Amino acid sequence: MLGLSLDQLRADMNRLLALLFHQGVLDEQFLQLQQLQDESSPNFVSEVVNIYFHESEKLLRNLRALLVDKEFSDYKKMGIHLNQFMGSSSSIGAQRVRNVCIAFRAACEQNNRAGCLRALELLEYEYCYLKNKLHELFQIEQQRILAGAVRYPVPQQHPNNPQV
Amino acid sequence: MAKNGYFSRFRRVEKGPGLDDLSACSDSHEVHVLAVDDSLVDRTVIERLLKITSCKVTAVDSGRRALQFLGLDGNENSVGLDGLKVDLIITDYCMPGMTGYELLKKIKGSSTFREIPVVIMSSENVLARIDRCLEEGAEDFIVKPVKLSDVKRLKSCMFGEGQRLNKRKLHEDNNSSDASLSPSLDDVSSSPSPPPSPSISSPCSPRSFSSLHSRPTSPSSPDSPTRRLKTTNDS
Repeated sequence: MLGLSLDQLRADMNRLLALLFHQGVLDEQFLQLQQLQDESSPNFVSEVVNIYFHESEKLLRNLRALLVDKEFSDYKKMGIHLNQFMGSSSSIGAQRVRNVCIAFRAACEQNNRAGCLRALELLEYEYCYLKNKLHELFQIEQQRILAGAVRYPVPQQHPNNPQV
Repeated sequence: MAKNGYFSRFRRVEKGPGLDDLSACSDSHEVHVLAVDDSLVDRTVIERLLKITSCKVTAVDSGRRALQFLGLDGNENSVGLDGLKVDLIITDYCMPGMTGYELLKKIKGSSTFREIPVVIMSSENVLARIDRCLEEGAEDFIVKPVKLSDVKRLKSCMFGEGQRLNKRKLHEDNNSSDASLSPSLDDVSSSPSPPPSPSISSPCSPRSFSSLHSRPTSPSSPDSPTRRLKTTNDS
């Protein structure tokens, strides 16, 4: 059912984006990614974001595995994971996730295990929120594409024989 | 136009006098960039940034693979994997195994490849790191996340219309009155200082150090690294 008009969908998308920017969840780098999307690469943003999701989940699993280990001491390794996470988050404009990584890294540098655990919880939360919101965004975009693709037949006016 | 082994297009252009439309000498030769980054996300983005600015891109995930592609691993005389001439190398600094800095040194240490301009990317805006890279011969240093304006500027500075033919590398030319290796706020370019906050529309990224001038015929050499002192630190 294509009850939603293109205008409405566009408004929804803009509203969601505005909210995410306002909340600091996304920053201008996300806009930069959108600028790179065009007819020759129509799914660029979702492609990059999906790669980001895939990598991030691996990193989060690694971080958690490191920290729950009772004999954990490899802060350096954790730092490496964090740097990767920070880098990719910054590249897609995931500002809040990146900021939590920064705080996480600080706890890591102090060898503060409790602090790291807290930071990990926060990181997982922020990441989930980001993922949900971006999925929402992509869903609206998909609906827009569908709505835009439907063409209701327009009566053709023959120049010599105007009928209809 | 014969592709002379490993001479970059940049070098070839330097020999011709008064080339007005460098795009014509491209001969549908696109600038070929070798991008090196261990992060798949970043590789995907940089590849797109480069393609959208009409560059041919080869993206690899490590310094080792970059050297392999160039044909620089072990046997210096071997031709690159597919013999494609590389016009520019852009590499991440922090990579496992070989860092971008180490890759830079290897390239600058090679008689065949040292002429290829190397640009370093890093998420950390650390002055000491930047200094080290520029001293080792890096053409430019870009703070991540890399933006379209960064890539456009790079491309137009190095390969674009009105490219200054006497573009100097840091470690080569010390004779010019403009090129100066000592940090000095007096080394002003002919163009105004960049605004303190980076904006997408601004052609001058304040977060990197290469030429910020927008006037292609400027005689001075604003590529000097001394401009770094005017950049703002962003974290």
